[in-house]
Order: sequence, then structure tokens, then C-alpha cells
Amino acid sequence: MKEASAKKFETTDGHDEIVLEIEHLKKSFGSKEVLKDVTLKIRKGENLAVIGKSGSGKSVLIKCIIKLIEPDEGELIVLGKNILDIDNRELNETRQKIGFLFQSAALYDSMTVRENLEFPLRQLPSSKKKEITELVEEALKNVGLLEVIDKMPSELSGGMRKRVGLARTLILKPEIILYDEPTTGLDAITSKEISHLILDVQKKYSTSSIIITHDMECARITSNRIQVLYEGVFIAEGTFEELKQSKDERVCSFFE
Amino acid sequence: MLTEKISENNFIRTLGNFFSEIANVAKFIVRFFKEIFTAPFEFREIIKQSYLIGYRSLPLVAITGFIMGLVLTVQSRPTLAEFGAQSWLPAMVGVSIVREIGPVITALICAGKIGSGISAELASMKVTEQIDAMEASGANAFKYIVFTRIVSTALMVPLLVIFSDFIALLGSYAGVNIYDDINFRFFFSQVFQKLNFTDVIPAVIKTIFFGFAIGLIGTYKGYNSTSGTEGVAKAANSSVVISSLLVFIIDMIAVQVTSLLR
Repeated sequence: MKEASAKKFETTDGHDEIVLEIEHLKKSFGSKEVLKDVTLKIRKGENLAVIGKSGSGKSVLIKCIIKLIEPDEGELIVLGKNILDIDNRELNETRQKIGFLFQSAALYDSMTVRENLEFPLRQLPSSKKKEITELVEEALKNVGLLEVIDKMPSELSGGMRKRVGLARTLILKPEIILYDEPTTGLDAITSKEISHLILDVQKKYSTSSIIITHDMECARITSNRIQVLYEGVFIAEGTFEELKQSKDERVCSFFE
Repeated sequence: MLTEKISENNFIRTLGNFFSEIANVAKFIVRFFKEIFTAPFEFREIIKQSYLIGYRSLPLVAITGFIMGLVLTVQSRPTLAEFGAQSWLPAMVGVSIVREIGPVITALICAGKIGSGISAELASMKVTEQIDAMEASGANAFKYIVFTRIVSTALMVPLLVIFSDFIALLGSYAGVNIYDDINFRFFFSQVFQKLNFTDVIPAVIKTIFFGFAIGLIGTYKGYNSTSGTEGVAKAANSSVVISSLLVFIIDMIAVQVTSLLR
């Protein structure tokens, strides 16, 4: 009944704490306006799916959230800090509280799986070798891939890479996780496994997440709420079932 | 009239791009020097990169060094023989190799092997979002991948040049022995009789700048590459071209500075 429990959103601590707030975000590349006016809020423990066609600005949106891309205008309050007004040290501290799963998993090719997972931990001042090893093993156990710990990323399948990427994302115990097309390029069975894994992560760690996807099955399984991004603006919002009933052709096209 | 206007606009745009590239490189250099004084110092990564850049280049540098010494000796011998000055051959070749040919040829080999390798590696990391992933995790990606590679290259190129010089002298010894029968000890005593510290030290110092330039251009082109996989090839290619050119420019400046100091 994982799907059913995902539909009904309940905050983990009983109040609607906003962990991420975006106001009137705009971003252009040259003359092309990618994000025209994006506003959204995420509550603690909530999974929000953002769906949209390729090129609608979904990936740009989540890259703006951790300032991998600098927005042109707007406000971006992440965990109480205005991301656009903080210095590099504070930005890096905030980034450590935000996990980011890249579309390609972005595992470091020249490192083993163990080293990939150790990499985010090396910035922590008090990390000891034994503690690091325990954290790495725990993170890999959570995604069911402890046996690949000493393999190179090139030896892993697409699904395994995504899982290892997720383990690396989880290792700093982030409060917010941003998933960029987590099921793209995977077969239907593996996609479903990854979607359930995202849901398990939400339950186990009480994380808030934004899941960028155009895989409706993934959006259905993982999200409490869905927003539809169309040509740089949100045009619809609701649960999977609510959006399914929408009369808007642009929204209906995702359910066909 | 219209064609003139268009070519004028193109010229202005090219000039603008050139100066904006120079400004970006300057910012990149400033950031590198700032990173020297900030923790973490990434000693482990510097050692790892030094191994990859230095140790793994030894076979190529040894082969080219040996051939360089041998060919230079064989080619110079007839001219010296015309003046009955064959006995000058070890000293002449020694000075040429240590002062000029060894550092420049080895630096060019390094620009090809190390510079292009660094560019291609960083550009493909950029394409596959690995650099973004490092930054997203709160790490200082510039320090970890750019700073360490520039430092390693600046440290390893001088060592590779010294190694190459030594192998080139062995090649020269082999070249001399094709025509004459000269004792190993006698050959090297001839070489070192004419070599001074004023030949060796400036030659080694300039190789630090060669190494810095190769590392800097390699990382700059890779770190700032665009256009996906096509950008990887472009970055590697332009890195080799620019760093080779810089080797000659630095060499020209070094020669002038050394002459002034003498």
C-alpha cells in the first residue's frame, strides 16, 4: 500500500513547516526565457513531483535551488536562508543539507563506489575512518547494494548507478532531496524499484523532495503533490488523481 | 559597403571575445592563488595526480629524450667534424640539451600528453555532471580538481625535464659511440666540464612555468568546456595548441631574462 500512503500527505512533526520557498523565479539563457515566473513552496516531509515536457525548464529549476545555475530574478529561501544572498561558505553548508540525484547519477568515474560515497563526508571536520566506513556501508545497505562497494562505476548497470547515486545523496542525511529525472533511461521494473526507493527514503528520513520527471508512474508512486511546468510557468497543481481529471489539454497530454 | 560593415563587426566581436577570454583566464589564475591559502589543502589528491601526471609519463619522456639526444648528436657531428672539433660534441650537445632542447621538447610532449589528458578528463566530467555533483555536495570542486592538477603539473614537469635531460645525454653517448669509441666516464666528464649552474638553474626554473602553463590551460579549457561531447574534443585540442604556444612564449621570455641576469 505504498502508493496509497504516499497520496495522503501528513507532516512528520504535525505542523506545516516550509523548508523551501521559491518566489517569482526567472531565468533566461540569451534571448530564451526558460523560467518565466516560478513560485512554489515545499513543506517538511513532502514529496513534490514537477512534471513537464523536455525543455520546459524542470532541470534548470532544481539547479537554481542549489545555485548550480544563478537565477536572474526572484527569491529562493532554502531551510530559512536566502540562497541568493549568502556567501560561499554558507552556500556550501546549505548544500550539505540538500541532496541532489543527477539524471545520469554523476558518479565520479575515477573513484570506486566506496570512494564516491566517502567524497561528501570528507568535508565534515570530525569524520573518522571507522565512522566513515560505517556510514558508507549503511547507505549502501539502504539501497540494497552493499556488494558493489569496491566496484568502479563503469562496472554497474544503469539502475545500480542510480541507486549508488541515491546512496551518495543520502550519506549526508539531507533535509531536502532534489531528484532530476530519477527513472529516465531505466526499464519499467527498475523504474518502479527506484520510485519505491524514493518513497522509502521519504518515510525513513522524513525528507522533503522535489522529483523532476516526465514518467507519470514515478510521479504517481512518489509524490504527495504534482505541479505541471509548461514553458517556464506552473499551469496546474494537485494530486495525481486530481490532475487526471483536469480538462486542460496541456495537463491531459501527460495522462494519455 | 555591407561586406565591409559585416567584417568590421566580426573583427570587433572576435576582439571582444579574445579580451573576455583573457579576463576569464586572469580570474581563474587569481582563484588558483587564493586557494593556496585556504584549507583543505588536498595533499592526497596532489600526490595521486603527481603519480598519474609524472610517473605515467616516464616511458614517453624517456623514449623521446633518448631519440632527441641521439639524433642531435648524429646530426651535429658532421658539422663539427668539418672544423676538426668532434671532441666538442659531448659538451655542445650537453649544453644544448640542458639549456634549451630538453626543457622545450619535453614541455611540448607534456603539453600533448598531460595537457590534453587533463582537458579531456575535466571536460567529460563537466558533460557527465560530475563537477556539478561535487559542487552540489558542498565540496570545493575547483580546489579538488583544478588546484591539485595545476600544482601537480608545475611540480612534475621540471622533474620530467630533468629525467628527460639525463636520458637524452645517454642517447647522445650512444650517438657518439656509433662513430667513435668513447668511454662513459670520459663522455660525462666532457659534458659536465662545460655545464655550469647558470645553465642548469634557469633551465629548471623555466620548466616550473612551463608546467604551470600546461596545467593552467588544461584545467581552464576542461573546466569551462561547453557543447557536450563535442566540447571534450575542442577542449583537448585547444589546450594542446595554446599550451604549446605558451611554452615557446615563456621560453622566449626566460631566455631574455637569463641573458639580462648574466
